Amino acid sequence: MRTGLIAQKVGMTQYFQQDGTPLPVTVLKIDSCQVVAVKTQDKDGYVALQLGVGKAKVKNVTKQLRGHFAKAKVEPKRKVAEFRVSPDAVITPGTEITADHFMVGQFVDVSGITIGRGFAGAMKRHGFGGLRATHGVSVSHRSHGSTGNRQDPGRVFPGKRMAGHMGQTRITVQNLQVVMTDKEKGLVLVKGAVPGCEGGYLIVRDAIKRTHKDLPFPTSTAQAAS
Amino acid sequence: MSIIKELENKQIQEMQKLRAVPEFRPGDNVRVGVKVIEGEKERVQFFEGVCVARRMAGINSSFTLRKISYGEGVERLFPLYSPRLTEITVTRRGDVRRAKLFYLRGLTGKAARITEKMQFNDNTAAVAAAEKTE
Repeated sequence: MRTGLIAQKVGMTQYFQQDGTPLPVTVLKIDSCQVVAVKTQDKDGYVALQLGVGKAKVKNVTKQLRGHFAKAKVEPKRKVAEFRVSPDAVITPGTEITADHFMVGQFVDVSGITIGRGFAGAMKRHGFGGLRATHGVSVSHRSHGSTGNRQDPGRVFPGKRMAGHMGQTRITVQNLQVVMTDKEKGLVLVKGAVPGCEGGYLIVRDAIKRTHKDLPFPTSTAQAAS
Repeated sequence: MSIIKELENKQIQEMQKLRAVPEFRPGDNVRVGVKVIEGEKERVQFFEGVCVARRMAGINSSFTLRKISYGEGVERLFPLYSPRLTEITVTRRGDVRRAKLFYLRGLTGKAARITEKMQFNDNTAAVAAAEKTE
């Protein structure tokens, strides 16, 4: 299993294909994504790569983290995340993972934190229809209706959809097709929308449901360790 | 320049290499050629009408053409930078004072006419200069 990478959401635009079909695309930016540390089976009990992305001001990085980055001989990173990989896909610390890690046409899964909506009503949160505008309805036009039965069962069933906190949860959007990659500028264009606000960090991995053959293994900038 | 603008401008430039995008305004009569795929064959279909609206939004720019087809008003929206449009030509310049000509929808026949823009020599700069010296 290959590593994924950390990207920043830039925004959405339109992309015309050769045959003229316009695609809605999200632009993702990969800003010097490097391997910061390797977790090994012997030492940590699992195999994973720790990647860092972006540039953090040295004065804002704690001394412990500065030492951690210095060990891998990389600049302090703004965002760090771990990716579980198979033992043969381990890459040495300091290696940069570029946009051509992904191939045009392959599918990716993108995880991120959705935009928070605060305490949202049942109409916005669950798409309920609300109550009527007239016919005696007062004050509660946007409320939900009944939440259950009568004396039997005499309680509201767990999981009943009601108003509450919405958004700001980690979600994964699966099977987004890669439309274009630009190694020099560090851009990946994927078809469709991804969670979170512009400028937010996302985790991009190979799709687990729609795999692709001939992907650069373990990544485009490193040879497979024999 | 933002990354999105840069990507959009690059696409627009590539599009302009394939096909010219003339300057036109709402009120002008415009003729466009649209690639139509019928089964395996591909042919070009033409649509001519009055431009009633333009949307200026980078690569997302579009324009709406309106014509009367067999007594029925037809409006069609085209993306300005779509590779499916083979050509855009201006057949007549109209003189209008609105950016969106949706009022044409309620009008038919004589009332829906748009007067043609009179072509004057561009001497506005010379006139302005003459006024300044006086």
